Amino acid sequence: MTKAPLRLLASGAVVALAVSACGSSSSGGGGGSGGSSAPGVTATTVTIGSHQPLTGVAAPGYSEIAPASNAYFKWVNAHGGINGRKIVYKYLDDGYDPSKTVTDVHQLVEQDKVFAIFNGLGTPTHEQVVPFLNAQKVPDLFVASGCLCWNKPSTAPETFGWQTDYTREGKLLGQYIEQHFKGQKVAIFAQNDDFGTDGTNGVKDEVPASDIATVQTYQPLPTPNVATQVAKLQSSGAKIVVAFTVPGYTAALQLTAAALKFQPQYVISNVGSDPITVSNFETAASKGKVSNGALLQGVVTDGYLSSPADKSNSWIKLFQQIRKKYIPKLPFDGNVEYGMAAAYTFAQALKAAGANPTRQSIVAAVEKGGFSGPGLVPFAFSSSDHSGFTGAQIGIIHGLTIHLVGTPLITDDTANGAITPYPTAQPQAPASGIPSD
Amino acid sequence: MSGLAAMGRRWLRLPTLVRHLVVALVGLGVLLAISEALSEYRNTQLAEIAYTVCAVAGLTLLTGLSGQISLGNGAFMFVGAYTVALLLKHHPFGGITGYQSNWWLVPVLILAVLVAAAVGGLVGVAAARLRGPYLAGITLALAIGLPSLPKYQHLQSQLGGHAGIPISAPAPPGSIDYFRWQAWICLIAMVITLFLLANLASSRVGRAFKAVRDDEISASLAGLPVARIQILAFVVSAAAAGLAGGLFGLISLDAGPDSFPLSLSLGLLAAAVFGGLGSLPGAVYGAILITLLPQWATDLSHQVSLSSKIVNNLPLLVYGAALMLAMLAVPFGLQGLLRRGWHQVRDWRRRDGLAPG
Repeated sequence: MTKAPLRLLASGAVVALAVSACGSSSSGGGGGSGGSSAPGVTATTVTIGSHQPLTGVAAPGYSEIAPASNAYFKWVNAHGGINGRKIVYKYLDDGYDPSKTVTDVHQLVEQDKVFAIFNGLGTPTHEQVVPFLNAQKVPDLFVASGCLCWNKPSTAPETFGWQTDYTREGKLLGQYIEQHFKGQKVAIFAQNDDFGTDGTNGVKDEVPASDIATVQTYQPLPTPNVATQVAKLQSSGAKIVVAFTVPGYTAALQLTAAALKFQPQYVISNVGSDPITVSNFETAASKGKVSNGALLQGVVTDGYLSSPADKSNSWIKLFQQIRKKYIPKLPFDGNVEYGMAAAYTFAQALKAAGANPTRQSIVAAVEKGGFSGPGLVPFAFSSSDHSGFTGAQIGIIHGLTIHLVGTPLITDDTANGAITPYPTAQPQAPASGIPSD
Repeated sequence: MSGLAAMGRRWLRLPTLVRHLVVALVGLGVLLAISEALSEYRNTQLAEIAYTVCAVAGLTLLTGLSGQISLGNGAFMFVGAYTVALLLKHHPFGGITGYQSNWWLVPVLILAVLVAAAVGGLVGVAAARLRGPYLAGITLALAIGLPSLPKYQHLQSQLGGHAGIPISAPAPPGSIDYFRWQAWICLIAMVITLFLLANLASSRVGRAFKAVRDDEISASLAGLPVARIQILAFVVSAAAAGLAGGLFGLISLDAGPDSFPLSLSLGLLAAAVFGGLGSLPGAVYGAILITLLPQWATDLSHQVSLSSKIVNNLPLLVYGAALMLAMLAVPFGLQGLLRRGWHQVRDWRRRDGLAPG
């Protein structure tokens, strides 16, 4: 033990070497500023960052979102950028692992000096970085999750949602159940975090407690095993199963139920219902026995964007064109549409932030709101409301596409808030694909 | 040459405590100087390494010195982080708005250490009765179960549910950069931890740990209270992990249930094994490795032009392969390798008649 202290000193020197070895490479990465003093903004570029599940349990399907956003930004850059600046999008893999999200976001903010975090994906993941981003006053725009928790302007003034929140979704799905399957027993299958809880609360706002047979939850793991929960769903006598699940767990739910000869009417929230993604999962997991979305036919879901199969829609035409040019290998599914649509909203916000955008000016621009774009319903954005789309339209799955039915509906996230139709037509996509407002 | 040897001998004649203190102070000075030269992000990494060192050092003492395995030290980090978060949420420390003075950090972190140590004591009582796979099993359950506590329905309002509890950042005094100040807090805590643990290891307690590890029966025949010593080892490692957790909370500004996954606990053990079980310098090497290796692996993977599906999964493969290679090449850990190398050199020098005396 006598030489222990010297060894400690030596190991201290190793820390020094290891850290400073990588320190030298980072010093040049900050980027100069031209015309604007905001971090991440130069005379010709705006650098933004994100954390995304490129690997892990949430990767299938969701890993297409960031490349799709990036494809849209490339399109914008090829058309002259926003106010003359090109958008540089740096997204890091967090594997849907919250502890990795923290590391990623520190790197993006401190080393890469990003202007804003855009579309960070996931409820459990992004929740871990909201305090840091707000303490550092980094705009945290359009989180890729419908958790109610992004709408806290007093404690998290930098954070904004984008997609319809899960409680609003739950209410709309719950109302559809009340209108079309009144009196039937309903079971809920939900992820055991704020995603599942918020959605379940929304359904409970509309469906009377006496009709809810059971609520089962799951913890997202790399290899889904939901046999216990599905057996309970079945034995509860429910005829309707509402699912707040990620695509992998939608597939696990349906395959397990099919194996148990349990055939309920499924009502699945938007994030877990993309037919192409779920069908691929089911085909792979059943080794080809279930194909072409056989279990998905007639599933009720909802959407706040146009159906990817609607080829006459101006937004779908635009996004298809961009996909063909930049990411031809990815299928044109709901995830790709999502990534591009969110990127479009960011482009709108950046444009509205002015010729010399700052972190304050982009947050003020989003709070001012008024963006109309690929959505079927308006955004809620204001200084007192940071949630995204205010509603959705019910859709039924036929083949591998979602057919929207009725009119878009809007509501709020309170228990008594009314659900009202929103008949205003969706605006046309700009011809250039670049936001003009 | 002989002057140097004389100095070395005089150095070795100093009391251990004094030697450790000198090394700690010099080491701290060097580390703070390094921090001064690094960028913001490198300082965050330095902080990350520093708190990881605290946790790994505690674990390496537990496993290497007292011979008990723990797959659950991430759970003690969870306890530390939540202690800090709850204290700041409810307590007068939290009332010091603006946090102009940073002295509140000292009692808050000490309490995090004490609470984690108390939980460690409870686990230790159970652990002292268990051996091998059973002990691994109970600590594994701890690593999975404890961090899920905030998700429990009836505790959600107290423990913040899935989102966890936000933690206010310590404001740097004067004109010190925010990220540098965070690194300094962690470095100071790390040096204090290493100083205390180094003294403990070379004290009577450390020798008792080793005696119990090597042969429980002869240790108890020699009059050592085996169970109590094993519990003490658990308390020490839990205390160190609690400090690490508290520091983690101060860096990430949030104590959340998902920040302490099983992979964290296993990573700590991997670090202790890689560095060399029982060795404090080894804990430092191991902490550096598990903090920086995943990122090096990511950077490396993005330099190859392959399909994105392969590139995305490559970092994990590189990380795993590197750990396996390290275990095959240096089964006694890096510190073991260095020690063997040093002994080899000494033997050669002796044989050639170069060594003094």
